[in-house]
Amino acid sequence: MKNFHFLFAAWMAVWAVFFVYELSVASRISKLRDDVESLKRQLKE
Amino acid sequence: MKSRVPITVAVAALIFFGGYAALFIAPDERTMHEIQRIFYFHLGSWAAMFTALTIAFVANIAWLVTRQPRWDWLGVSSVELGVASCTSGLITGVLWGKPAWGIWWTWDARLTTCFILWLLYISYLILRGLIEEPQRRATLSAIFGIFAFLDAPLVYASNRLWRTQHPSPVLMGGKDAGLDPAMGRVLLVTVSAMTVLMLLILAERYRLEKLRHELDELRLAAEVRAAAPDSAAAKELS
Repeated sequence: MKNFHFLFAAWMAVWAVFFVYELSVASRISKLRDDVESLKRQLKE
Repeated sequence: MKSRVPITVAVAALIFFGGYAALFIAPDERTMHEIQRIFYFHLGSWAAMFTALTIAFVANIAWLVTRQPRWDWLGVSSVELGVASCTSGLITGVLWGKPAWGIWWTWDARLTTCFILWLLYISYLILRGLIEEPQRRATLSAIFGIFAFLDAPLVYASNRLWRTQHPSPVLMGGKDAGLDPAMGRVLLVTVSAMTVLMLLILAERYRLEKLRHELDELRLAAEVRAAAPDSAAAKELS
């Protein structure tokens, strides 16, 4: 198992890329949803 | 939202099983041993990338033909996922190259065309950020996206056309190519897991673009109302 650290790093990198990207999408959606709701309220007033 | 829970659980189970199969079920490769197991995530990343970029290519053409905003939303969403998958493929490639070849990187045809593909789609995303007007942004980025996709078949064919440091293809690579059936089954699981994961995130990313469009329309309504509060247009937009 002399190259295990490379295998572990590759395994972590793959999921880190997708996980970080999914987090960024989720946070952008949450911010946009707040903005949409706030504008809808403003327009109703 | 609740309807997504079973799909998310199924994808998580597939990913978990794929990871387990790649690390513990797949047979050991004779020359590279455990480091060859990177192959399952490496090829999975490229499969997800080619799927995402093919969707983007189709969406770019569909936008130019129909001018329906949903194709633009799908185009940019797929390109972002394609870039994420390409990044994952490049990182796993570098981490496999060092122990297998003794070098992190070399400018051979396969690696160079991959790197160019990554740069092209990063440029696509930068280009979109520079154009304010939505119609113009969608049209120019669709044209650029179609141009960028020309590199994708070149990436696929590069180690068939030229001699490269990168190994010859094991799948559909001619009479000397091939994969152990057990390895093939594990590869099928990991490729499916990564492609399905990519599609699941793509659906989320598409929702983000749809929300952005809704926000733009609401902002326009607010501006119109602020300019002429009693106009028919303001009432219609709000």
